[in-house]
Amino acid sequence: MYKQSQIHSSAGTSHGSSRSYMIGFIVSVVLTVIPFALVMYPSLPRHVTAWAVVALGVVQVFAHLKYFLHLDTAQEQRWNLIALIFSVIIIVLLVGLSLWIMNSIHHNMLAH
Amino acid sequence: MSNIVIEKDIAHNHEQGHEDAGSLSVFGFWIYLMTDCILFATLFAGYAVLRDSVAGGPSTVDIFELPYVLAETALLLVSSITYGYAMLAMNRNDPAHVLRWLAVTFVLGCGFIGMEINEFHHLIAQGYGPSRSGLLTAFFTLVGTHGAHVLTGLVWMAVLMAQVWQRGLTSTNTTRLSCLSLFWHFLDVVWICVFTVVYLLGVV
Repeated sequence: MYKQSQIHSSAGTSHGSSRSYMIGFIVSVVLTVIPFALVMYPSLPRHVTAWAVVALGVVQVFAHLKYFLHLDTAQEQRWNLIALIFSVIIIVLLVGLSLWIMNSIHHNMLAH
Repeated sequence: MSNIVIEKDIAHNHEQGHEDAGSLSVFGFWIYLMTDCILFATLFAGYAVLRDSVAGGPSTVDIFELPYVLAETALLLVSSITYGYAMLAMNRNDPAHVLRWLAVTFVLGCGFIGMEINEFHHLIAQGYGPSRSGLLTAFFTLVGTHGAHVLTGLVWMAVLMAQVWQRGLTSTNTTRLSCLSLFWHFLDVVWICVFTVVYLLGVV
């Protein structure tokens, strides 16, 4: 009974297996080592490296959500996902608009 | 919104009694984590705005040492998977292994915090404290807030280890372990953003 109810408990605690944790770990190590190597041993143009680092960071965040936080589109987890998507929208607005406003001010005040 | 969740949960598995309360707690904790995300987003926005405000002091290229940051990242990443193994042991109802993996996670987390305090100490000793420039203020606030979260997680983990030790894997304790699991993995996700935005883009 105790064990059964464990398996059914929902909302953010759907369980990974040892295999999925291991896959997540290996993916994360690869996605950590590549951007560090790109920056520590520069071989690409500067802005290409910067975009590659950001892209790899985003992929790694998704890998963590999938393999460590076990977030997926299953019915029991729908509300976790909706809360996350809502937060992401807020974050994009918050960070994007802050940077936009501050860059415009910087440009208008200090344009040479 | 939460009413809908309650009704759905009860309708879905009404024979499970108080387990519903546990999964609702975990859902509530998830909502807290989302608000924490927004806290970090404001700090990231502040950092991005103040990045070039060096006030004649050191710039990001001067103060960051990537091999050191890579070691910190490794500690936190390995601690994520060891916590995962603690959760797997919890699902097998095996308290001895839960305690063992939590202890390993705790040591790795302490290593991370120790390295971060050492980095801060090193910067402040050189005269590059948070009052030196806008960049350093934003840097110490952002990275320090993450460190404070990790420290809180470590205290929480120590308390949970004592509780699992004394009372075993009761349903209250499994709910708490699930919440701390979310918290710990969430901090790792925030750290990915920190090392990408602060350290790597600072040096590139």
